[in-house]
Amino acid sequence: MLPVFLNAQLLRSALPALSLGVLLVAIFIIQPNAMSYFGLNLMLQYAVPIALATLAQMFVITVNDLDLSIGAFVGLVACIGATYLHDTPGLGLLMLAGCIVVYAGMGALIQLRNLPSIVVTLGMSFVWLGIAVLILPTPGGKSPDVIKALMALKIPAVPFPIVAAVVIALIVQAGLMHSSYGAVLRGAGGNPKALARAGWSMLQIKMAMFALAGFFGVLSGLSLIGLTTSGDAHIADRYTLYSIAGAILGGAEFVGGRVSPVGAVLGALTLTLTGSFLIFLRISPDWQIGAQGAILIIVLALRALISRGERR
Amino acid sequence: MSFRVKLLSVAAIGLCLSAGSALADTAASKIALSNNYAGNSWRQAMLKSWEKVAGQAVKDGVVAEASAFTTSENQVTEQAAQIQNLILQGYNAIVINAASPDALNGAVKQACDAGIIVVSFDGIVTEPCAWRIAVDFKQMGAIQLDYLAERLPEGGDLLEIRGLAGVFVDDAIHSGIEAGVAKHSKFKVVGSVHGDWAQEVAQKAVAGVLPSLPEVKAVVTQGGDGYGAAQAFKAAGRPTPLIIMGNRQDELAWWKEQKDANGYETMSVSIAPGVSTLAFWVAQQILDGKEVPKDLTVPFLQINQADLEKSLETTEKGGVANVEYSLEDSQKVIAGK
Repeated sequence: MLPVFLNAQLLRSALPALSLGVLLVAIFIIQPNAMSYFGLNLMLQYAVPIALATLAQMFVITVNDLDLSIGAFVGLVACIGATYLHDTPGLGLLMLAGCIVVYAGMGALIQLRNLPSIVVTLGMSFVWLGIAVLILPTPGGKSPDVIKALMALKIPAVPFPIVAAVVIALIVQAGLMHSSYGAVLRGAGGNPKALARAGWSMLQIKMAMFALAGFFGVLSGLSLIGLTTSGDAHIADRYTLYSIAGAILGGAEFVGGRVSPVGAVLGALTLTLTGSFLIFLRISPDWQIGAQGAILIIVLALRALISRGERR
Repeated sequence: MSFRVKLLSVAAIGLCLSAGSALADTAASKIALSNNYAGNSWRQAMLKSWEKVAGQAVKDGVVAEASAFTTSENQVTEQAAQIQNLILQGYNAIVINAASPDALNGAVKQACDAGIIVVSFDGIVTEPCAWRIAVDFKQMGAIQLDYLAERLPEGGDLLEIRGLAGVFVDDAIHSGIEAGVAKHSKFKVVGSVHGDWAQEVAQKAVAGVLPSLPEVKAVVTQGGDGYGAAQAFKAAGRPTPLIIMGNRQDELAWWKEQKDANGYETMSVSIAPGVSTLAFWVAQQILDGKEVPKDLTVPFLQINQADLEKSLETTEKGGVANVEYSLEDSQKVIAGK
């Protein structure tokens, strides 16, 4: 049964790309206008911050944890970005760095006190939201011009969101999947005891992963206000669920260490396009959330089927 | 793509100028409604009004299409993506009830750059290229105090029920009430709760704060919370104060019941959900090449003691007192009358 095994594994890793491809073709058939530089640019713009948030979530999933605060955190970053970073860049950067430190601290707390990450991050999500509302009580502010210019970048031939997604995916793929420290980080999710015995500090690893998640959360928030041009504490409430769904769509599993950065980015793109697809199909808004869920379930069911083939 | 749209719209405007008649010129135009939320009676009535008036306009051949799109949750990012998709679908005008006054500006600018007319109403956007049909929410708060000053010349303690925290409408009405209290200094706000514009939430919030309050003379509200407040006062065994209503059917029905029983007097104020139809006609008029100022103000709908029966009759159960706009009404608003 060796060929079947190989086949299943190949299929499994190709599934995120395949589902994205099918969705793209379907969109192009329904809405030929979308098949252009302008169209792809419009449809995929908002995929960039979602992809970054998905990668942040993926780092946390790698070490067997789940981050329920990423959406609120991205909202906070957006608020800092639209206020302090615009008016006093130095102070803004300092605050963002502080946010990442707090994120690392969250990892330390989870590791040291052996707390469930769901509880800690859920609690922190209210803290993030609270600070965001304090900074920006009503929507507003202005995003820094540099970020706006970057997000509105027009690259010849290939739309910017696609270039950004490819670059981000490849960098993280290289760092996490093809470097020796990356292997250690992933191992921390797969078999923490073995790693601890081999002399690695689990505390350090958790803090590193949460700091990375915080860093990508900051990138996500900044790229988001680059698109929206102003901030809002509730701007990214949906990102918590999006990031988990994107990571899982992209091949990550809740048994630690099994993740795929390229898959996560593809998953985020798929999620974004699902929304466009449903609008183009003119599905009534009452059904849209359900339809979005159905597409998710179909992809995951396919993966479960393939995994079953893999086991045999 | 954007160039083509621009060219088309230039051609369309040229056509309008040469033909000059009112309706036929927009017959090929497509107008979309981008709505951020549909979870309360006001928004449902707003969508229904749109369907009725814009649907009739499509039947009459005034425009080719007028579809409504609602995001599943009140989310800026989703609505921005929705607007971008509407751009791709080649709509000539997009009418927006926005989730955020600022955060959609990026997407709105993209629509404008693609030659699309953007008209925002109720939840307006600040992007300069869009038209705004705004409600003077601050005034809506202030007139409540003016009314109270007339009814209760000796003043007294007030309970304020606010809306959804963090939404600018809540801030605007609240600042109007603050300004009103400053103007009529005999009144004092002794308690303030968030009712989220929903009867159940308001009832719970008021019930929670009542035991700590002195006798409340009147309750100032934001709409959708008056009935809940009345229920809370009744449950606590406190005398029913003067509660300003918000045009919801259950509020009007309760008011009528009290009026018949003991001559209860109050007033009711809110925005008519039919403002969506005003936005529709404004978009149609702009597409038709008419000069329309970028900022329009829509009057709010006030129901006084004398109009109560009539308003209650025309308001559906579970609905909101409504006014739908015709083309002529809209032209009057555009002309500033």
